[in-house]
Amino acid sequence: MKELTFGTLIAVFEEMFGGLFFWLLVAAAIIITLGYIYVLIRDRSMSMRKFLWAQISMPFGAVAAVALVLTVTNSHLADLGGPVDIILFLGIAALGAIGLSILVYTLESFLWPPQQTEE
Amino acid sequence: MQTNRRQFLGLAAAGAAGVSLPIAQKKARAQAVRTSAKIVIIGAGAAGTALANRLIKRLDGASITIIDPRPEHLYQPGLSLVAAGLKPANYVVSRTSDWLPAGVSLIQEAAAAVDPEAKNIETTGGQTLDYDYLVLAPGLVLDHDAIEGFSLDMVGENGIGALYAGPDYAARTWAAASKFADEGGTGLFTRPATEMKCAGAPLKHTFLIDDIARRRGNRGKVEINYFAPQGSLFGVPIVAEKVRMLFGDRGINAGMKQTLKSIDTGAKRAVFTGEGGETEVDYDYIHVIPPQRAPDFVRQAGLSWADKWVDQGWAEVDPETLRHRRYETIFAVGDIAGVPKGKTAASVKWQVPVVEDHLVSAIEGNEGTEIYSGYTSCPMITKVGRAMLIEFDYKNNLVPSFPGMIAPLEELWISWLMKELALKPTYNAMLRGEA
Repeated sequence: MKELTFGTLIAVFEEMFGGLFFWLLVAAAIIITLGYIYVLIRDRSMSMRKFLWAQISMPFGAVAAVALVLTVTNSHLADLGGPVDIILFLGIAALGAIGLSILVYTLESFLWPPQQTEE
Repeated sequence: MQTNRRQFLGLAAAGAAGVSLPIAQKKARAQAVRTSAKIVIIGAGAAGTALANRLIKRLDGASITIIDPRPEHLYQPGLSLVAAGLKPANYVVSRTSDWLPAGVSLIQEAAAAVDPEAKNIETTGGQTLDYDYLVLAPGLVLDHDAIEGFSLDMVGENGIGALYAGPDYAARTWAAASKFADEGGTGLFTRPATEMKCAGAPLKHTFLIDDIARRRGNRGKVEINYFAPQGSLFGVPIVAEKVRMLFGDRGINAGMKQTLKSIDTGAKRAVFTGEGGETEVDYDYIHVIPPQRAPDFVRQAGLSWADKWVDQGWAEVDPETLRHRRYETIFAVGDIAGVPKGKTAASVKWQVPVVEDHLVSAIEGNEGTEIYSGYTSCPMITKVGRAMLIEFDYKNNLVPSFPGMIAPLEELWISWLMKELALKPTYNAMLRGEA
């Protein structure tokens, strides 16, 4: 690749998902992240009970992310061929796991604020 | 876990900076050059379109005309996938006009003649266009008539494939290849003696049909033979060796120094010419890639090399600047450029900024500084789901984009994902002049 700048990456992702859908995805990611930070500040602590549910959701996020990549491509787990493939595979799974856990924790915190579920 | 307001504000600011970065970068680009230069680009394929989009951003007041008779734009790197049943024919088709920026005029005609002395071109519709700078990007011509007994209307039936001919032919190629993978028999996979677009594609088709027959449990009744006029399986020696080993692994036979001369579709027999004379080979499936040449107008205008590729007619350009060696206001980019490597979309991605630099510099009265190294890239598909990300230059050096991370000569899933997911978006971004 000739020049892999931030601008190039944005242009490629816009083409991959469609311009509007890509920025909606980015907006969704930013809103969920801001929501997560907001509930952390609002609650001034992490609820371990909610975190437990978030942790339980992680394997599902990991499997869903990998399944998504395999579904949208003509490839299978058996095609993983070298160390970089394993790293990529784990990276996709980790992204799915962390993403879903943040989403679950944030939703829980909005739906059940601390005074209702914890003393 | 506690997070204070200051940390929160810091994070928010970092996020905002990330979003605004591309906008700031765009503003930082050099001021557009004011000019009244008349620029004509022949061809609205990958090279012509990408260059038009870049020039319009660099020049203020220039008259940029692009001429191309075909209303459809073809994403040619996708043809291999169509011919293996992995994508539909419309995966590669878009509209030429959708990629062109406002301010560039499109004439839907072909070039009929170029007069490099008078600096004008004539179109097939009879229009004459004067130019100050001319960019040749007409692509190449597939010389199907050179294969005796073959014509395009045969593709898709009686075991005949020809994926280079376009999206519909690629889809018909898949119909014939798929039947072969089911019913078995002898498959012949050929390539021409001339320079060609994406020299990896004949190999990709061979590997893919091998893999598909294997997946269907029919590899035992399929014989796969690869015939090439060249002495080695790939122009880059280290890659040729790797392909030789993969052929050994997959049980693919290689017949080197064999050029397809003719086919007899009734008898399903092909004739190859080689050092030992002519050889007849019976087939159940044959993939034909015809000789490839420059369009006639390039040769007739005297723009071709006189002592190289004389039967093919590629434009006589400096390999590093892609500027014509005898007419300094003419450039050639993409398939038409008479350089030893580089008839791929990835090469175009590297060539276009070089031509842009030298052309804009010439308008400013300076010399450009960008150099084309011969960079060519080929995601060499070795089976459905795996590919090798091969990148090389004029010197046959491997020039990996991700050294130490993505091994060029290893069959990898990540390289396949790049081919299937990232390549078309990258290509589209290149067309828009953004990558």
